[in-house]
Amino acid sequence: MEWETVIGLEIHAQLATRSKIFSGAATAYGAEPNTQACAVDLGLPGVLPVLNREAVRMACLFGLAVDAEIAQRSVFARKNYFYPDLPKGYQISQYELPVVSKGRLIIELEDGGTKTIGITRAHLEEDAGKSLHEDFHGMTGIDLNRAGTPLLEIVSEPDLRSAREAVAYMKKLRSLVRYLEICDGNMQEGSFRCDANVSVRPVGEKRLGTRAEIKNINSFRFVERAINFEIERQIDLLERGETVVQETRLYDAARGETRSMRSKEEAMDYRYFPDPDLLPLHVDTAWLEEIRALLPELPDSKKERFMFEYGLTSYDAAVLTSSRELADFYEAVEKSSGGETRLAANWVMGDFAAALNRDGLEIGACPVNARMLGGLIRRIADNTLSGKIAKQVFEAMWEGEGDADSIIEKRGLKQITDTGAIEQAIDEVLAANPEQVNQYRAGKDKLLGFFVGQVMKATQGKANPAQLNQLLKEKLNS
Amino acid sequence: MSLEKTDIEKIAHLARLEIDPDDVSRYARDLSVILELVEQMNQVDTGGVQPMAHPLQMAQRLRADEVTETNQRDKFQQIAPQVEAGLYLVPKVIE
Repeated sequence: MEWETVIGLEIHAQLATRSKIFSGAATAYGAEPNTQACAVDLGLPGVLPVLNREAVRMACLFGLAVDAEIAQRSVFARKNYFYPDLPKGYQISQYELPVVSKGRLIIELEDGGTKTIGITRAHLEEDAGKSLHEDFHGMTGIDLNRAGTPLLEIVSEPDLRSAREAVAYMKKLRSLVRYLEICDGNMQEGSFRCDANVSVRPVGEKRLGTRAEIKNINSFRFVERAINFEIERQIDLLERGETVVQETRLYDAARGETRSMRSKEEAMDYRYFPDPDLLPLHVDTAWLEEIRALLPELPDSKKERFMFEYGLTSYDAAVLTSSRELADFYEAVEKSSGGETRLAANWVMGDFAAALNRDGLEIGACPVNARMLGGLIRRIADNTLSGKIAKQVFEAMWEGEGDADSIIEKRGLKQITDTGAIEQAIDEVLAANPEQVNQYRAGKDKLLGFFVGQVMKATQGKANPAQLNQLLKEKLNS
Repeated sequence: MSLEKTDIEKIAHLARLEIDPDDVSRYARDLSVILELVEQMNQVDTGGVQPMAHPLQMAQRLRADEVTETNQRDKFQQIAPQVEAGLYLVPKVIE
């Protein structure tokens, strides 16, 4: 039988506020355990939550960016369950009236097409603390630094049809929240986490199959693997005539499989109700317009602009706009190169990206800035450097030897474009290799490469390749 | 709507409340009476009335995103039964 996969994702994005959603404790990652957990985060008696304005602004900004409805009035609710890293015995979340609803995100498919994925809702809530299950004399250690960190839970419609689509959606969403500067998107540190609801149904069937919720999938690679494993598992079950149980499953990265965490029978009964400690949240039109005015250029429109303004291909424009830093960097390089749009794109995506990758560096912290790379490209464009020598200059800049011009000067790398000098080098090479000259003239065209190599060697690679080729042919054919 | 004994046991479990088995029928009766009152209120036509999330007709006040709390871990941990390496220790929660 032919099966269709149906996937919906729930993404938890930690909002990049300085302080927590309901308290004035810091949210910085990696602090000593429990040094950023104040009385409110600990759920001590008598404390009251006070909502962080910046968290609300960020949620609204996200809503605007995905073309969603922003609720003028939304309500915080208590989600009740017992776990030691949730000191109050409830998580403050939003239930019936979330701040953001009915949005959409366009993803690019592998065949070059696009698909619109619905965003059901995005609501504000607080994160829980962390349980450390390493051995503390048979006990569990609790760190509440993360408790109360603002989260935006973004729930998609079940519009995704494959693990690849799910990854494309997740990547697009991550790029978007980073553009908006509302989340750092760091998956290792857990700032951007994903749960996936996966079900399968026979092709043509309208009703949804029974779904399993997969938790704990915190890298793009794992998302794809976990979903594919789960699809196979469910199809196997159904083809054997068994049924899929509605349950929560945990992805085990080491084994590459999902396993049951809790079934529906033991499923949580959260008993949501409006939190009496918090009044309804009002977002008025004036504030919303203020937020809208500060909406940055978003990935899709930036990509369009890059294609139009710089004449880049759809693929190049997509790569260069995948993050705001990279896009800004490209534009700065292009500018200081004096408008060399193609060369700048090739260098940013090529040698520069490769060097970043190799050394595991971020754009802001790497040894070559946009002005330096633009300067190098200028020297390629004006024929001072051949492409090959430019790579050497780039490596030298990366090693901290200065900008392109001073490296060219210091190392005497200026390309030879003086026809007389190139001709002289050619004459010497031809005179030293009479045998090969005769063979060439007798029809062995392939030897052209040999002569080019010899002249390049004699000029330490500095002869302008186009001029060299032309002059060499003229001399050999005369 | 009237509650069964099993409902009471479930609610108590969810709230992690230990109740005397002898009291279960009484709780079932008392809580059922409360639900009857709610049922009575349900008869009122509330079309056109916005559901109330809070008894006060006010909007939530917002605070500026500033770190105002300092580290008071030592003070807080004085009342904890057991701590180690800055962590609160609790009975093991996974098998």
